[in-house]
Amino acid sequence: MTFEYAPAPESRSIVSIKPKYGHFINGSFVAGKKHFPTINPATEEILSHIALGGISDVDKAVMAAQKAYTKTWSKLSGKERGKYLYRIARILQERAREFAVLETLDNGKPIRETRDIDIPLVAAHFFYHAGWADKLDYAGLGHSPKAYGVAGQIIPWNFPLLMLAWKVAPALATGNTVVLKPAETTSLTALLFAEVCQQAELPDGVVNIVTGDGSTGSAIVNHPGVHKIAFTGSTDVGKKIARAIASTDKKATLELGGKGANIVFDDAPIDETVEGIVNGIFFNQGHVCCAGSRLIVQESVAEEIIEKLKVRMAKIRVGDPLDKNTDLGAINSKEQLVKIKELSAIGDVEGAERWSPQCNLSDKGFWFAPTIFTGVTQAHRIAQEEIFGPVLSVLTFRTPQEAMDKANNTPFGLSAGIWSEKGSRIFWASQHLKAGVIWANTFNKFDPASPFGGYKESGWGREGGKHGLAAYLKTGKETGAK
Amino acid sequence: MATKKPSRIDVKKTYKLYINGAFPRSESGRVFEVTAKNGDFVANPALASRKDLRDAVTAARAAESGWSKATAYNRGQILYRIAEMLEGRSEQFESEISLTSHTTPAKAKVIVSEAIDRWVWYAGWSDKLQAVSGATNPVSGPFFNFSISEPQGVVAIASSDSFIEFIDAIAAAVVSGNTSVVLVPGGLAVPAMSFAEVLATSDLPAGVINILTGSLDELAPWAASHMDIDGFDITGIQKKKHGALKEAGAENLKRIHSFGSGKTPTRILAFMESKTVWHSVGI
Repeated sequence: MTFEYAPAPESRSIVSIKPKYGHFINGSFVAGKKHFPTINPATEEILSHIALGGISDVDKAVMAAQKAYTKTWSKLSGKERGKYLYRIARILQERAREFAVLETLDNGKPIRETRDIDIPLVAAHFFYHAGWADKLDYAGLGHSPKAYGVAGQIIPWNFPLLMLAWKVAPALATGNTVVLKPAETTSLTALLFAEVCQQAELPDGVVNIVTGDGSTGSAIVNHPGVHKIAFTGSTDVGKKIARAIASTDKKATLELGGKGANIVFDDAPIDETVEGIVNGIFFNQGHVCCAGSRLIVQESVAEEIIEKLKVRMAKIRVGDPLDKNTDLGAINSKEQLVKIKELSAIGDVEGAERWSPQCNLSDKGFWFAPTIFTGVTQAHRIAQEEIFGPVLSVLTFRTPQEAMDKANNTPFGLSAGIWSEKGSRIFWASQHLKAGVIWANTFNKFDPASPFGGYKESGWGREGGKHGLAAYLKTGKETGAK
Repeated sequence: MATKKPSRIDVKKTYKLYINGAFPRSESGRVFEVTAKNGDFVANPALASRKDLRDAVTAARAAESGWSKATAYNRGQILYRIAEMLEGRSEQFESEISLTSHTTPAKAKVIVSEAIDRWVWYAGWSDKLQAVSGATNPVSGPFFNFSISEPQGVVAIASSDSFIEFIDAIAAAVVSGNTSVVLVPGGLAVPAMSFAEVLATSDLPAGVINILTGSLDELAPWAASHMDIDGFDITGIQKKKHGALKEAGAENLKRIHSFGSGKTPTRILAFMESKTVWHSVGI
């Protein structure tokens, strides 16, 4: 007799989605000209129609942000700015379930994650940064650090509202105003956040949201009224932004791609490690820039780890993202599914061995079974390129130094994991890894107090913690640093 | 043309490059002429080539592991040693600076004294950077979480022709554990290459600081597009040329910065990366 989980779907009645949305500029929603559909990637149901922002929409938003900066926001004390942020944090907590359901509908990630991780972290981010607003003099950035003015922020689809919080909370706490563009496929929670700004009575124009595609983002980057760019997304687009602003005085923080190494030493606690590997690559369908997408395991325990990993993977529940038992939801878009399939096919062709558990995937929507490739070498494209899906590449090592060399052998440097029971080994490895975030005996943990960001081609700057404030403040003025 | 017969013929120095702790000529065989304020010939320093730059980057990368893993105390002592060596040869630097730039001997004395003091200032930073830039982060969960700053790797420097700015740029880059490739414009070539001799006698490991003399217009774009350089201090380049260098540097997302005058830890931290480590806590 086998026990099955009964369906436990979260009700979607808590959200009401309008058939069509405009942009949020200067405190109100303004109608867009052209629209495109946004769908539920689990069912392909059209949820709503999103406005495609053009140069004139971006221009209006930047003007509103400039005016708000000059007339209101820069004149408020840090204490008062902070109170607005606290209000936002509280409203987000009050409406957390609504946000969780809407995020799951629009993004395809499991309700368990939006409810327990994304949205609580969003509220925590605003609460954390609220407290900084009147304490910036003590952040170690010099006396009276100054805001840049208007921050142009472009965020990805993998953690839509969480990335909004990572961008908006520090920008407002440090006294900047914002023009934000959510990702094309996941605009709904950002538009609901606009309502939160209204409920919090945030002064008009402090937060402006223009929806659209890459061309809308490009209009923000190139607008002369924007003083600072904050971008999270692909390394390719990050490089384009770096080139676009090269001859300007604009500052940028870039949170880009990764190919995180999850390193397992022979003394690792095996069961915990297997859980950590699963969390490292299958959390959020692997749509995580810091995912532990390369498992680098010591040869002597590789067989045991892989065997246990396969047993564990067979228990991953793939399906309805709104079901409270679901572990792995839908791939966010058709385009992303194609990319995952393509790179996985290249893994096959290059000679790695693919394995997935048996999964009954729906015909509707975009799905990809949790997958591992064994026998991967460093030259394989699946060991070098970001797949951004639930696909793990397994490599092995004999000596600790070899593990470090393999871990560091990509152009990225965002994250890494270390699994070992030996403290000195963990510290040794964490010193040798060129990565901005390292998890020892854990993986994919996030916190507003903890700086996040990468080395090398994983980007510029940090978000979160004391270090994240520097991204939104002129800290080098007294020194002339540019 | 000498008019008076000297009592003794001086032994003049050949000014070469400084790569991996050695003094090679440019592989290109090129040199350029440095003259004194009055037009008299002073030296034919090497006009560094793209290949020299690549060799210097290779040396800097090879030196990175040792220098970045050296203890902060050790790096601090070596930087202090540089000050000691410079102090002992201060008269030579004063005369070279006043000979090859529009600087009076009195002003040159001030410059060299300040340069020595800068090394002392930077030396003291090596073991204090973490106290200023690091943090333990109170995350919500059973984790011990801290952030430390680490050197980026190989930092290229386009120096201005000011001796103090040359010193500032180098010291700021290497005190944290970066290794460097320093591009020096012709006007500073003579004191810069004499400074390489100071480095060679300061217990500084080979390859940590490499110095190339030549044309910044030639060398800087090559450095900007070099895929194995992590950071680039372009203070010595005119502002109007920064855009092109930053564009070229975007290919590997180089950290490209320029700075005003004056010493500041901001400059040191600009070529460091913050690393955050989460340790799970449990029994």
